[in-house]
Amino acid sequence: MRRTLQPLLSLLLGLAAGLLVTWFAGESPWHVLRILGQGAFGSRYDLGQTLFYTTPLIFTGLSVAVALQAGLFNVGAEGQLTLGALAAAAVGGLWPRLPAPAAPWLAGLAALLAGTLWGAIPGWLRARRGSHEVINTIMLNFIAAGLASYVALYPLRNPESQNAETRPIGPGYLISQFGVFSGAPVSAALPLAILAAVLVWVLLWRTGLGYELRAVGQGEAAARAAGIDAGRIRIIALSLAGGLAGLVGVGEVLGNAGKFRVDFSPEYGFIGIAVALLGRNHPAGIVAAALLFGALHKGAAALDLETEHVTREVSLLLQALIILCVSAEGLWAWMGDKHWAGKRPPGDAGKKGAGEMGIENCLH
Amino acid sequence: MFFQLSAATLRVSTPLIFAALGGLLSERSGVINIALEGLMLIGAFGAAVGTLVTHSPWLGSVCGMGAGAALAALYGLFVIRLRANQIVAGMALNMLALGLTPFLCKMFYDVTGSTPAIAAPERFHSAPLWLSWVLVALCWVGLKQTPAGLWLTFAGEHPEALEAAGIRVNRVRWAAVLMSGALAGMGGASLSVYLSSSFSRNMTAGRGFMALAALIFGKWRPVPAALACLLFGFADAAQMRLQGATLWGGKPIPVQFIQILPYLVTILVLAGVVGRSRAPKALGRPFPGG
Repeated sequence: MRRTLQPLLSLLLGLAAGLLVTWFAGESPWHVLRILGQGAFGSRYDLGQTLFYTTPLIFTGLSVAVALQAGLFNVGAEGQLTLGALAAAAVGGLWPRLPAPAAPWLAGLAALLAGTLWGAIPGWLRARRGSHEVINTIMLNFIAAGLASYVALYPLRNPESQNAETRPIGPGYLISQFGVFSGAPVSAALPLAILAAVLVWVLLWRTGLGYELRAVGQGEAAARAAGIDAGRIRIIALSLAGGLAGLVGVGEVLGNAGKFRVDFSPEYGFIGIAVALLGRNHPAGIVAAALLFGALHKGAAALDLETEHVTREVSLLLQALIILCVSAEGLWAWMGDKHWAGKRPPGDAGKKGAGEMGIENCLH
Repeated sequence: MFFQLSAATLRVSTPLIFAALGGLLSERSGVINIALEGLMLIGAFGAAVGTLVTHSPWLGSVCGMGAGAALAALYGLFVIRLRANQIVAGMALNMLALGLTPFLCKMFYDVTGSTPAIAAPERFHSAPLWLSWVLVALCWVGLKQTPAGLWLTFAGEHPEALEAAGIRVNRVRWAAVLMSGALAGMGGASLSVYLSSSFSRNMTAGRGFMALAALIFGKWRPVPAALACLLFGFADAAQMRLQGATLWGGKPIPVQFIQILPYLVTILVLAGVVGRSRAPKALGRPFPGG
């Protein structure tokens, strides 16, 4: 009960706080709420756009969650998805004559591999050098952005456009969109995302690897006592996380733009953190949270257009407030869920002690 | 050229040093501070606005420090009082700052990009640079020689002992977090009112995290951390100078490869060093009692 109530209440609390902020800006909260709702679900196109935003959020949410289950904080989904999309566009741009159905599979595989690599790097750094993945993944985000920018502006530049983007992929690569959404780019990437959620659930709760992953997340000492190689698991966890984020490229490049556009991502990677936290690191919760944040993103775009004082960045604000509320353990302690109270010493609310900075966990 | 590069290094390291010192105070007291990036950003914004309003960079900086401290107060509320996971809350705070600054910018100036430019006589010309090193010295002396410094260190290493001695650990941590907000805010101020002439969206560009890396590299001690900031500052300054440089064949090195240098240096530095670095023992573990 507490597991669903806490995110729900945090959501409401965060939303209320955010609306308070917009009220300070001079907008009526009811007005804001109405525009948010209409912008997200008002028409078939709006719903389609919401679903279009939801798809990458499922991937990045799963990415962050898989890492969190292993006790790792993947802030690098942004860089991982950038390189995933770039890889898909590169394959499609360099071999444009490849026919369907092989073409999209190949491009999708490239996206998966690129993301996996970008996750393996911080995984290895954490496992073998002890340096903390929060900083490394953030640095890698910047590096990925630089690399992608270079590729889109030079080797794979689109000759027919002034924008910073790669050349269009061959027609065999494009995956079709569901027409029911009046033109919104909802493609097979959405069912793929849901399939990924199911597979992650199976992995985490029905396989030995998943068990080991979660064991490492519960505590290094216990995992080691059980004979699990924490370092190896960490590399695997962050690689998986990277691969999941890389799959965003499928929806964006194969199902939407047909090329890699620099800065295409409205912070999907960071919002994935909010999605994972609100969804309590569980695939079902993640899909729900992704839908919510997708709706928020779409609605916020409407806010930008239809109000004088509120801009689309308010969605970032709302997400931040929601995350803060979800994470405030002390706020929820009063709920007195017997399963939680008393079982966890106060130190666990921070859950990670000095080991967090990678000191204890290095060079084993 | 060498002189120019050194001067540039010193200038560019200034925001990093302020932020790293802020992080140092917080982390030495036992509170992880991933939020340096967001604190710097809001400090940069606050300082730009403050300077535009008061026409004095000093008063503007005070505004920046105030903004940083205010945001840090929110952070303290969630991680000290409500025992939220410090890394999660820190990231949330970064997102908060990222979302709040364009929002406020639009509210005050009707644009979401940058604040209006600050005229040259109203900006700093070298003061933050000197100030940052004075602060390094103050931190170094303060941590070792003053009672407050001792309390700070105990709060991060043996909080139970400190509490038993009659000093409220969480009070010390609150003070540390607020000061870290003010210092990071000053770091942000030196970005917007010293190194440039306005606030622009996301102008911190990862510097808060570099400051954190410098702190870790410097083993949570003021002077080594400041030197580490110089290293990252050097990478940043070099990156700016190298743009346009050519490889032996005469082809220019793509600017993007040069721009990623500071981030690459951060990763390499962290990878090479952390094995031998030791964090404050109680870092990251909330102390009961709010």
